[in-house]
Amino acid sequence: MIRIESLVKKFPHRGADKKLVWKTAVDQVSFEIHRGEIFGLLGPNGAGKTTTIRMLTTLLEPTAGAVYYDGKPLLGHEQEMRQLIGVVPQHINFDQDLTVGENMELHGRLHHMEGAKRRQRIRELLEYVELTEVVNDGVRQLSGGMKRRLLIARALLHEPRILFLDEPTVALDPQVRRRIWELIRRMALEGVTVLLTTHYIEEAENLCERVAIMNKGKIIALDTPRELCQRMGRYAVEWDAGGSREYRFFPSRGEAASFAAELESSTQIRHSNLEDVFVELTGRKAGL
Amino acid sequence: MFTDIWTVFWRDWVVLRRRMTKFILSRMVAPMLYLVAFGWGLGRSIQVTGGSYIDFLVPGILALNSMNISFNSITPVHAERIYHKSLEEYLIAPICPYSFVIGKVLAAVLRGLISSAIILVLAFLFGAHFQLTPLFLLVLILNCIVFAEIGFFAAMKINSYEEMGQVNTYILLPMSFLCGTFFSTHALPDLVRWFIELLPLTHTSYLLRGIGSGAEISLASVLVLLFYAVLGFVLGSRALLGLKK
Repeated sequence: MIRIESLVKKFPHRGADKKLVWKTAVDQVSFEIHRGEIFGLLGPNGAGKTTTIRMLTTLLEPTAGAVYYDGKPLLGHEQEMRQLIGVVPQHINFDQDLTVGENMELHGRLHHMEGAKRRQRIRELLEYVELTEVVNDGVRQLSGGMKRRLLIARALLHEPRILFLDEPTVALDPQVRRRIWELIRRMALEGVTVLLTTHYIEEAENLCERVAIMNKGKIIALDTPRELCQRMGRYAVEWDAGGSREYRFFPSRGEAASFAAELESSTQIRHSNLEDVFVELTGRKAGL
Repeated sequence: MFTDIWTVFWRDWVVLRRRMTKFILSRMVAPMLYLVAFGWGLGRSIQVTGGSYIDFLVPGILALNSMNISFNSITPVHAERIYHKSLEEYLIAPICPYSFVIGKVLAAVLRGLISSAIILVLAFLFGAHFQLTPLFLLVLILNCIVFAEIGFFAAMKINSYEEMGQVNTYILLPMSFLCGTFFSTHALPDLVRWFIELLPLTHTSYLLRGIGSGAEISLASVLVLLFYAVLGFVLGSRALLGLKK
């Protein structure tokens, strides 16, 4: 459904010596996403996730590389391809002068939806995200969780086949986050291909069939969360080493237990998780 | 494309319709002050080109006001781009970018024309005499288009409210006073006049004054405004497309 080949984005950047240099934000990124798959793009802040999404959604022109949707190149067919995609941005980007309903109406009109169908779909979606009662309220009056749900409803209005979600649950409480996950799962079950960026490891583990880990503009690992953990070692030994926590990973519980027995400090043996993979590969805690 | 232009225009119309009363009342203040101060106050003791000063003043105020309103109606797009990021909604929509430029400019023209209509009513109430012809209206529309496009270009290029204020201070304000709005440019030294005649507002003032008084108008003035309208559209569209670089 989505094929990305050697995508590159460079920005002009003034260095400390005030000379203009080209900074590479996304460096030779390639991957494929299958129809109906929920694919996660994980990485610390500044890894290049949002820049990648902005290129895939035509908000930025790539410096090099190619993107294909359903085998058709994005470059040169942007206007047509925009009908296929729905975007949930990281930031709340509603029109502040319009009401909830008018924001939805504007989106429908911009996507050439016929009047009766547009109105019906707006009703259905607002009901789906439980925002029917605030249809005539200004968007400024909504809570953070309501705004996030409205962003998703708006992105789904024109029935996109590909949904891009850039940090969809950032700064939301766990309850709202889980409701949004439920929504995303339902979309994927209906055949929508989902590309999600997040720095919440739990989110990627819960939702994504496969994840790519990005660091410094490059993809440094790509597989199912289970396979990534397996490759690093299914079992983690965690111990206190003079104030800092240390970790080592082993393919079997037996090997992990033998290693732990040799340590003098108290240890914990547990299953490794995606967060361990993330920290091992990027050298940073998720969310940093 | 026409549907997309209408959609962009529709958004601005929804916002304007909701604020119409406030918009009309606020747009009455400045022209009222001009007409009272320069028309009734100062103007009673001045005769210009054989007529009353208020007859001379009204076309100038129309040019000045339509410039300000159309420019300032479109500059909130700057906040949509920088602060609210709502411009992205248009950039990822399957619409032609030119539709966005045209839709926004037409919405600003509408606001410019509504405020011009207010001035026309006030001017007649203040006893001004001038001919209101279709050509007069066309020049007014052209003036709104030119300054809406300049506003659009500024909204695409400028990154803070402060810089936007500087455009008003360094470009619009000098034009307001120097481009034949309150006095004839013939009184100015040649070098200054030549420079002022390069600016679009001067030609709007010339044209509106000429048409309003039934005098002959210069084709060169029409061409200058058309030149700025085309240039503004090209620059505004390029600036919009440049956001993706």
